[in-house]
Amino acid sequence: MRTSDSLRKTYGETLVELGKDNKDIVMLEADLGNSTMSAMFGAAYPDRYFQVGIAEQNMASVAAGLSLAGKIPFINSFAVFATGRGYDQIRSSVAIASLNVKICGSSAGLSDFGDGKTHQSIDDIALMQVLPNMTVLSPCDAIETEKMAKAMVECDGPIYLRINRNDLPLVSDPKANYKIGQMTEMVQGKDVVVFATGVMVQQSMEAAKILEKEGISIRVVNVSTIKPLDIDALESFCDGVKGVVTAEEHSIIGGLGSAVCSALSNKRLPIEVLGVQDRFGTSAENYSILLKNFGLESEDVAKKVRKILADN
Amino acid sequence: MNYSQEQVTKLKKKAIQVRANILEMIPPGKVGHLGGSSSIADVMAALYFHAMNVNASDPKDSKRDRLIMSKGHAVLVQYACLVEFGYFSREELGKVKTFKGMLQGHPDMDKTPGIEAVTGSLGQGLSVALGLALGFRLDKLPNHVYAILGDGELAEGQVWEAVMAAHGFKANNLTAIVDFNGLQATSTTKEIFPIENLAQKWSSFGWNVIEIDGHNMVQILDALEAAKAFTEGPSVILAHTIKGKCFPFAEGKAKYHNAAMTEDEYKEAWACIENLKKEVEA
Ligand SMILES: Cc1ncc(C[n+]2csc(CCOP(=O)(O)OP(=O)(O)O)c2C)c(N)n1
Repeated sequence: MRTSDSLRKTYGETLVELGKDNKDIVMLEADLGNSTMSAMFGAAYPDRYFQVGIAEQNMASVAAGLSLAGKIPFINSFAVFATGRGYDQIRSSVAIASLNVKICGSSAGLSDFGDGKTHQSIDDIALMQVLPNMTVLSPCDAIETEKMAKAMVECDGPIYLRINRNDLPLVSDPKANYKIGQMTEMVQGKDVVVFATGVMVQQSMEAAKILEKEGISIRVVNVSTIKPLDIDALESFCDGVKGVVTAEEHSIIGGLGSAVCSALSNKRLPIEVLGVQDRFGTSAENYSILLKNFGLESEDVAKKVRKILADN
Repeated sequence: MNYSQEQVTKLKKKAIQVRANILEMIPPGKVGHLGGSSSIADVMAALYFHAMNVNASDPKDSKRDRLIMSKGHAVLVQYACLVEFGYFSREELGKVKTFKGMLQGHPDMDKTPGIEAVTGSLGQGLSVALGLALGFRLDKLPNHVYAILGDGELAEGQVWEAVMAAHGFKANNLTAIVDFNGLQATSTTKEIFPIENLAQKWSSFGWNVIEIDGHNMVQILDALEAAKAFTEGPSVILAHTIKGKCFPFAEGKAKYHNAAMTEDEYKEAWACIENLKKEVEA
């Protein structure tokens, strides 16, 4: 079990470990390997590492070819380039044929704070979950990242993994079994259920503490598989609550919020969607300034919960 | 050769000032693209303070030439030029990449006067520049368009789509400039993809190719003039440069692609600026 707070480093280390026994694993990257940490794989297994240069479209389709040859290719870049720059290649070469290509987008959400809007990824979940056959994973911490990387190799088919550039505190249970598709209850509660993903899991757990002092009890559920969404589990976590909040570091359009809203559309439950409003990111001196100004802090989650209860 | 020795000296001084402005934006501990900004600083100085038609009192003057910073990560060098026209206050330099600042991590035309497009996702700037050039030609306007590209950036297929299209459209009001510093983010360009015979590659696509030492002011000025004078189609200037130029601790090192300087390095960098100033005066 790894104890690093870095999702990227954990991803890199886990793939090095997996690559030792599984010689089919190959890595591709587009001149960002030191940042995505795919370079660790390159250092360990240079012959199974393809540095394609700044050419994400080519990378995606070459990966499709490698998978046709029986390999398990992982493609790596910033989330914004991995998904957006090669979108049609992922759609046509990879997803339609449901090839066994793994896509890792690091620096997802607003986490690339300094580089600003061109580098911040608020639409990657939308782009990837709209594709049939694509699985979309969004870990809440490094523990989950490690388990996901392992599960990705076990599972045949195209998978997108989005990870944060910044360190996140370890909040998930290292001993718990992991399976792609599951959602996990992180905090038990009864008044409102918060479905959160990525960095917002930790923020929602903080919100639970804030609200507890006010006599409000929330259930926090980590939805780390955005697609396929386990609708039965989703519905059962809604049992007995007065409403639902979704929380994600992604646009409120096309992300977890949209997925939950359509899944629960026949339920008579109020839903509040918390995420990046319909706007692009911006540069900032650090990550927390952005989380604060884009309304992605624990207090913002708490506000949504209070709103649901007040409207009740 | 439409310039005097005096002008060359003036431009060399401007290039030093540009590098000094870059330093102001990345004090010790602050991450910034020092390498790719300083490699193209001499060319940028020649463009903004000589070759391009730029109006110091109006960043939106319709007669202005356009510069598209396709290698958007090196926008610090562009901010360093623009501040000299007073398009924004020198105070903004200290606020680059901050939440309140108008100088973003990558070029943002809505936030920064003098920035002409949004770039940062590599490989798109030459296409934008081509579109601008075609638009000007349709309107029979004399404005010239420049695009600054990185050599690593040339791996993007879209660059070559634009290269072919610009030739097809005979876009003679378009000049591409490749900052041929041989390095990209993780390693040397040569190691990453075959970039030999670059001049041949461009010329086989129908471009007028001019190859220069991108740190030699006279060669830069001659090249810019020749590119503009060539009226049969688009021109490309392959500017051989050194990543991190003028800052020996950073020269030719991939590490300084996007890094923070230590206190000592920062001091050393300013000492380099002082030395350069003395050299030019002599
Ligand atoms: C589409 C895209 N992929 C990746 C990046 C990340 N990135 C920024 S700069 C850079 C290296 C650029 O190298 P080069 O074009 O040679 O520029 P220079 O060395 O002159 O700075 C990379 C990979 C990006 N900005 N855009």
